[in-house]
Amino acid sequence: MNHTDYNFAYLDEQTKRMIRRAILKGVAVPGYQVPFASREMPMPYGWGTGGVQVTAACLVPEDVLKVIDQGADDTTNAVSIRKFFEKTAQVAVTEKTLEATIIQTRHRIPETALTEDQILVYQVPIPEPLRFLEPSEVETRKMHALEEYGLMHVKLYEDIARHGAIATAYAYPVKVEGRYVMDPSPIPKFDNPKLESPALQLFGAGREQRIYAVPPFTQVVSLDFDDHPFDPSKAPHPCALCGADDSYLDEVITDDAGGRMFVCSDTDFCAGRREDAP
Amino acid sequence: MYVAVKGGERAIDNAHAWLAEERRGDPGVAELGIAQIREQLALAVARVMAEGSLYDPDLAALAIKQARGDLIEAVFLIRAYRTTLPRFGAARPVDTGAMACDRRISATFKDLPGGQILGPTFDYTHRLLDFALAADGMAPPDAPQSEASAGAMAHVTEFLAREGLIQPEAQGSATPRDLTREPLDFPADRPLRLQALARGDEGFVLSMAYSTQRGYGRTHPFVGELRIGTVAVEMDIPELGFAIELGEVVVTECETVNQFTGSRTEPPQFTRGYGLVFGQSERKAISMALVDRALRWEELGEDNVGAPAQDTEFVLYHADNVQATGFLEHIKLPHYVDFQSELELIRRLRAEAIAGQAREAAE
Repeated sequence: MNHTDYNFAYLDEQTKRMIRRAILKGVAVPGYQVPFASREMPMPYGWGTGGVQVTAACLVPEDVLKVIDQGADDTTNAVSIRKFFEKTAQVAVTEKTLEATIIQTRHRIPETALTEDQILVYQVPIPEPLRFLEPSEVETRKMHALEEYGLMHVKLYEDIARHGAIATAYAYPVKVEGRYVMDPSPIPKFDNPKLESPALQLFGAGREQRIYAVPPFTQVVSLDFDDHPFDPSKAPHPCALCGADDSYLDEVITDDAGGRMFVCSDTDFCAGRREDAP
Repeated sequence: MYVAVKGGERAIDNAHAWLAEERRGDPGVAELGIAQIREQLALAVARVMAEGSLYDPDLAALAIKQARGDLIEAVFLIRAYRTTLPRFGAARPVDTGAMACDRRISATFKDLPGGQILGPTFDYTHRLLDFALAADGMAPPDAPQSEASAGAMAHVTEFLAREGLIQPEAQGSATPRDLTREPLDFPADRPLRLQALARGDEGFVLSMAYSTQRGYGRTHPFVGELRIGTVAVEMDIPELGFAIELGEVVVTECETVNQFTGSRTEPPQFTRGYGLVFGQSERKAISMALVDRALRWEELGEDNVGAPAQDTEFVLYHADNVQATGFLEHIKLPHYVDFQSELELIRRLRAEAIAGQAREAAE
């Protein structure tokens, strides 16, 4: 009962091959959700098992891994996943966006522009952008196959009719390369413009057993209407620590009297700016 | 002062250390042994093996100890371990007709070949707390013994089948799909549905079954037979050209006989529901049989009355407690990026709504 020797990056080679095949198919059909035989991982569903499996299938010993959650490297789950790969794959890890070859993320895209040499792996809870409009997987797969996205446009239209604006602030749906409507994972819509990137972007949903991809330089359009164009809004403040006025901000409550401050959610970006400042 | 989430790594290490301490409890109380759990909490061990899809009483007992008795957590430990095991191949279907039965009852016939064997059941115990158990060192008196019945014990449904009264089962495809090695796909055929139910959460499957009894997709079930006992697991070895016995497992099998007055496609006859679960788990096996039967509405030409237990996607996607618990509990992880974006949105919509009301009031 003493099993301490796991394969490189935990998963056995057969499983990694299966996941790589799904990734390749995803890259070949951008935005299409490829079913894959997700494995039970040693962390719970909902903690990033899809992302962890994709990362495990992509990792090679020379990789430098960065893991972020909510934009930060030191959030508990990011720490836990980074440790997992340090232990099972002995790869180098970093907090610097530019040094990383693979970045696993939950809920954010780094502020620093990514390059062609990087892979961004997203953890995805519900990969189906139509799920909350149609609960049946059989039906939503049919809708994607027929490019039947009217329901989504009606939903966005109803938002505007009711609220005067599209009431989706995160996991804002996009259309990939003019074909598949895709859930970009629960990133704030502020991050949507960064989905068009030189980096390879892979999305893993473990519990829902789906992998999908946005290859480098793929067109990604956030759904909108001509008279209500997409608006990647954020809190109207500069960062209280580094002064950046173009980064996504967390609101931190600082006292009992409702005092608050706004700071960069991307901790590496913020720290880098403070180091560079004179 | 801005502290936020720095120090996550140390917090995790400290939390784990505290958890280990809490798991052990008061060191003045003797530590539980794996063998104690295996022998004395055997039904918990059975549940963990069934829902963990791994037959190993010692590992299940270890998981229960490590999980501090949280059975879903124990199932999860077993599943995560199972992922790392290589698959050598598929065993032959177990022959439950040749089962060495500890228990075998039928609710449809008063007596039948092989007889009714109550076995170690809670059924007719009075649920009175036995304070004598609180005292240590009390060995129960020996249970009376009799000769084991020789030979195979025929299934009750075979008697009905001889008269043509029960719908015959079509021979399935040789190798069923493996739910743990392929993504779940619809339409899900019966072997796949049965796999999902066999490893599904006992509470969920029970509630689904119960809902059919209360009228949400009623199937008029009788427990044709319930048997618990040991069966041999055999595997064909190509090099040898014959099957060898790998070991034995204890399973619970339930076959329901369901009243059926005929449909557009089928003549009046009895129909079946089937449940097979690792270990002694009869609540689960009976529940599974009822849900299995409810999910067969389409092949039997019954109407879909819109009952939850008839909805294959609903049942199969929500039966797994490791998936459900993970997704449910993940909402306690940080979500402040998304919450922040919602906060901005609500503030803006509220500002616009209030401004609109002010304009209307002024007009």
